[in-house]
Amino acid sequence: MGALIAVHIYALGSVHVYTGTNSSHQRLYDDQRDKMMTPSSTIDVTRLEKQATRTRIRSLQMVHRAKLGHPGGDFSAADILAALYGAVLRVDPSDCRDPMRDRFIMSKGHCSGALYATLAEAGFLTDADLDTYMAPLSKLNGHPDRNRIPGVEANTGPLGHGLPIAVGCALAAKMTGASWRTFVLVGDGELQEGSNWEAGMCAAQYKLDNLVLIIDRNGLQQGDSTERTICMEPLAERWRAFGWDVHEIDGHDMQALVDSFQTAPFTSGKPSCVLARTTKGKGVSFMENSPSWHHRVPTEDELRKAIVELEGGRN
Amino acid sequence: MVDCRDAYSKALEEMAATDERIVAVVNDSLGSAKMKGFAAKYPGRFINVGIAEQNMVGVCAGLANGGKIPYACGAACFLTARAMEQIKIDLGYSNYNVRLVGVSSGMAYGQLGPTHHSIEDVGWLRIIPNMTIIVPADSIETQAMMRYSAVHEGPMFLRISRVPVPDLLPAGAKFELGKAVRLREGNDITLMANGILVYPALKAAEVLQRSGISARVLNMSSVKPIDREAIVDAARSTGGIVTAEEHSIYGGLGGAVAEIVAQTHPAKMRILGVPGVFAPTGSAEFLLEHFGLTADGIRSAAVQLLESR
Repeated sequence: MGALIAVHIYALGSVHVYTGTNSSHQRLYDDQRDKMMTPSSTIDVTRLEKQATRTRIRSLQMVHRAKLGHPGGDFSAADILAALYGAVLRVDPSDCRDPMRDRFIMSKGHCSGALYATLAEAGFLTDADLDTYMAPLSKLNGHPDRNRIPGVEANTGPLGHGLPIAVGCALAAKMTGASWRTFVLVGDGELQEGSNWEAGMCAAQYKLDNLVLIIDRNGLQQGDSTERTICMEPLAERWRAFGWDVHEIDGHDMQALVDSFQTAPFTSGKPSCVLARTTKGKGVSFMENSPSWHHRVPTEDELRKAIVELEGGRN
Repeated sequence: MVDCRDAYSKALEEMAATDERIVAVVNDSLGSAKMKGFAAKYPGRFINVGIAEQNMVGVCAGLANGGKIPYACGAACFLTARAMEQIKIDLGYSNYNVRLVGVSSGMAYGQLGPTHHSIEDVGWLRIIPNMTIIVPADSIETQAMMRYSAVHEGPMFLRISRVPVPDLLPAGAKFELGKAVRLREGNDITLMANGILVYPALKAAEVLQRSGISARVLNMSSVKPIDREAIVDAARSTGGIVTAEEHSIYGGLGGAVAEIVAQTHPAKMRILGVPGVFAPTGSAEFLLEHFGLTADGIRSAAVQLLESR
């Protein structure tokens, strides 16, 4: 799992052929990004895994301090976020609103702990910011606010909003012939909201191969398993039937995550879906696959034990 | 008599010619949204999301994120009610530059019934922070409002009727956000209206004049932000206000005016609109008459208000 991956990074500016022509601004941006992202022409998977572990620990500390949060989903999404911000997204904390940046939309906005910890890793927030999570008047609300937090593209929290917004972003890029890409992370229970399927049809209709939908398939929603609540399977087949190319991967396999995100679009002219099979509460024995950890706050003792397990190399 | 839908679609086509950021988004109904011309002229900037209003509003937020100025054009009833949470969060809270063009608003769909009436939209959207709401009175104001909308920062709801109205404003009139347009001077009472009720309000003022009552008429096209100064002045200098709108009497223009009057210079008011009921079957014209949303209805409310003082 510590293998080095470099091949796809350098090709970022060229593999995605969209309709229209790139502006000179876009080409400059692509060149600059390629240089920035490949200082040694290598990306270290171990580095990304360590980043994900730090995100889990930091987000759990934040939840413990705020006495509120959604640690189970934070943990299932941590590796996906580390892969995106550590090796895929062309975003720059010193120029958060650069028109040519890649867009990432955290549709499962309740997992703001993992998002904020990742944004701090990526330089959009400071570690001191994280200590204000959900504190009175903090910019770090329980759900992300784009007007207060650099790097946030959409205010999410009510489920089923992220994918339609991402479709709009991808359409905007297509219209101008820009090569920036749009990624959106949704929860699996979230897909019970009908707006996702409206957006799914629309993305296929407009051949949005600059759009990547990532499903955090941890199998649990707040009350119970997704399958006992409203059956989501066969989830991959459903998205294929909607006109998407779907890759099913282990959502905690860093190499597989980075590879999938970098190689998208999987098929030219089709939107890409990465169905990431994950474990809610991943990395801590007493949190894994337990619905109660959807929004449970750890005790002092649980926090200590969780950190020991996470630092002990469990992944 | 003009259909303001023609005015808005003509303006949008003209604006798109010089501003590449302008994009039109529809939910299937090209015809009723008067978007066939735009679709033919600018196919690359025309998106049809199908019958899917929640997705439509989210897509518009994303287009705005990508630097576009999207105009979501659809029947006001579905555009607002079906996508209310998207309007609240994706447009209001996120504060994206999206324009919702709610066409055939009010009771324009007449006999199609309350499913297709949109007499709650101003009330729903007025509560949402960052949202701007404009209800133009005629085709001239519709075009002026459209031109203004291209430079406005933040989400907007542009409420367009399909009931024909005469042009009232002088050609080339500019639209000024947050300003009431004084169409007639008067000192005894003030008639405030917007949309298709502005013309009946003017007619009512003419009739009142014949009975020696001098009625001020204000066109309140800008519902949010609203002209607080003009409202306070009307309450203070004329002592009574009648509002008229093609909307529920709850939460619309009348409510907005009353909130200010009650807290600044309490004065008697009459709020004319749909009185908290689902309309019976009937054409738009029949229903306007049925609910007293006519020149005579406004005149009569004004007389009653003056008699009660």
